[in-house]
Amino acid sequence: MSAVHAAGAELDRSVAAAGTPEAALAHKCLYYMQLMREVEDRIERKLYRQGKVLGGVYVGRGQEAISVGSGLVAIPEDVLFPSHRDMAIFFIRGISSRRVLAQYMGRVGGLTRGRDGNMHMGDMDAKVVSIISALAATVPVAAGAALAMRYQGSNGVAFSYFGDGSTSRGDWHEGVNFASVQKLPVVFICNNNQYAYSTPLNLQMACANVADRGPAYNMPAEIVDGNDVLAVYAATERAVAHARSGKGPYLLECKTFRMTGHSAHDMAHYVPKGLFEEWGKLDPIVRIQQRMLEENWATQAEIDQVHAAVTAEVDDAVAWAEASPFPDPSTLLEDVYESQ
Amino acid sequence: MSTTYLEAIREGLWEEMERDPNVFCIGEDIGEYGGAFKVTAGFLEHFGARRVVDTPISEAAIAGASIGAGLMGLRPVAEMQFADFISCGFDQIVNFAAKCRYRWNAPVPIVIRSPSGGGIHGGPFHSQNPEMWFVRTPGLKVVCPATAYDAKGLIKSAIRDNDPVLFFEHKALYRKIKEDLPTEDYTVPIGKAKVVREGTDLSIITYGAMVWTALEAAETLAAEGVSVEVVDLRTLVPLDRDTVCESVRKTSKVLLLHEDTRTGGMAGELAATITETVFEYLDGPIVRVTAPDTPVPFSSTLEEAFLPNAEKVIEKARWLYRY
Repeated sequence: MSAVHAAGAELDRSVAAAGTPEAALAHKCLYYMQLMREVEDRIERKLYRQGKVLGGVYVGRGQEAISVGSGLVAIPEDVLFPSHRDMAIFFIRGISSRRVLAQYMGRVGGLTRGRDGNMHMGDMDAKVVSIISALAATVPVAAGAALAMRYQGSNGVAFSYFGDGSTSRGDWHEGVNFASVQKLPVVFICNNNQYAYSTPLNLQMACANVADRGPAYNMPAEIVDGNDVLAVYAATERAVAHARSGKGPYLLECKTFRMTGHSAHDMAHYVPKGLFEEWGKLDPIVRIQQRMLEENWATQAEIDQVHAAVTAEVDDAVAWAEASPFPDPSTLLEDVYESQ
Repeated sequence: MSTTYLEAIREGLWEEMERDPNVFCIGEDIGEYGGAFKVTAGFLEHFGARRVVDTPISEAAIAGASIGAGLMGLRPVAEMQFADFISCGFDQIVNFAAKCRYRWNAPVPIVIRSPSGGGIHGGPFHSQNPEMWFVRTPGLKVVCPATAYDAKGLIKSAIRDNDPVLFFEHKALYRKIKEDLPTEDYTVPIGKAKVVREGTDLSIITYGAMVWTALEAAETLAAEGVSVEVVDLRTLVPLDRDTVCESVRKTSKVLLLHEDTRTGGMAGELAATITETVFEYLDGPIVRVTAPDTPVPFSSTLEEAFLPNAEKVIEKARWLYRY
């Protein structure tokens, strides 16, 4: 899978120029987090308001460290099940920002050719499986993919992403239990952003942490700072090592905060204002930039260059997506079955 | 040697597992116990736990894990212990499996086997015919075999199919019917109905266990000089509208029969299809014989009253014949 990790000339340049593996990793993390932030900002703050993106828009602003830090650990054999706030997974797996934007705009260039919108997309060639709206539904499916990989003699691991709200769902528990009973190679990654639509954690679950659910399944569970991309990366490495070695699933709870409403139409009046301020100071992109400067992994000029390159890439992607046609209504009946 | 309906399914499944290493079974109590109805008895010993996966009581996980394995290129055959329990995995089937190909070009080649139907004193939760929940979900195929020959040929086609297939096995037929089956490999195509008895006066369109009820009624009616044609749909999705309409053109009178309840049942769709397509051939109203719109009752007297039978079919057929 040559496209994996290959998006963006600036990424290649900055990674090659980095002096150490740590610096190279930090550059990758910064690039993908910034790309996700920029694409989502364009979608939510421009294209959606211009009426060019219809339907729901759900972004992962402030949560980019989770999909980036974990997704960069995946090897080509692994199968990833991103949630709706994990856009970077698509970029990491080699799917271009052009196609993601076309997806949001309902164009044929999108991953679903206009059959579905927003983050409801997947590509088995890149080993990324699409969510459905009932989000925890992917959890047993991820367990099944892991079962298949073991069956096929692959050393792949399934990366199963979900939010805190999903852990209240029956199919979350069925999927996790099945994976545990079968000792399947799955890493369960929770974006605990503290709100499921308007429902806060204390109305979602009686335990303090999603990780507290792990022991019931005899499954190791770890709490991670979900706004520290390198911490997420390191924790994912531990989780994946466990799963890949045949010891069964592993649960990572990445604590973060949803810096928006549930979707673009939701002003989140129900969230105490102070929380946005508090978590705004922990922005994962700002934090990795500071770390890169402190560790001398990058200069401010190099960091600015990443931002400029990402902006240019997204300018191009928006233009490409807008040039992609809407689907022809004559294709309406196609692809329901293999043959009609 | 004659083969029961149950053995036919079992043979079909066994032969497909021998033929294709990507085929495996998954479900509750299917391993050592061999399944609630013993369809997979002996599979664990022969194929091993890798290919005969016993699960927790988790229909959503059975359906979901099948989807995941299907996306990865395997061909899982999931067993719902009773078709009634399929509702616990409903979202996985109708929202996940059914829509993957359409949405993102991802085939989900899975089979979900479900023992359905009444007549075994199973009561409200072990007797239902939930096929219509899936018939009206685009992206799913729905198969309801009536004979041992078709059950074996259709389970093989379902396993080889690249779309999700709901395979309803009528449990009252499991050990009731026996046939001599060909020794060589054969399949029955999904989407093709079959005229199982030729006639000229009246058509009965049906499927599943009711095929046998229709044939029993046709035999009695023949003695009265009424020539009944019986069409076995075999597959509900895709629906073989051509064979149905061809039969109506021939007989001009049609009785639609199913064990499922009345409102929103297959008969409604068939009636609409017939009036849209061959209205001018009809010499009488389209008649339905179905179960009433109630849960499936437990007590013998109630269940007998609930289920369509030959007597009820004969009564309606006589009326239609004279119309």
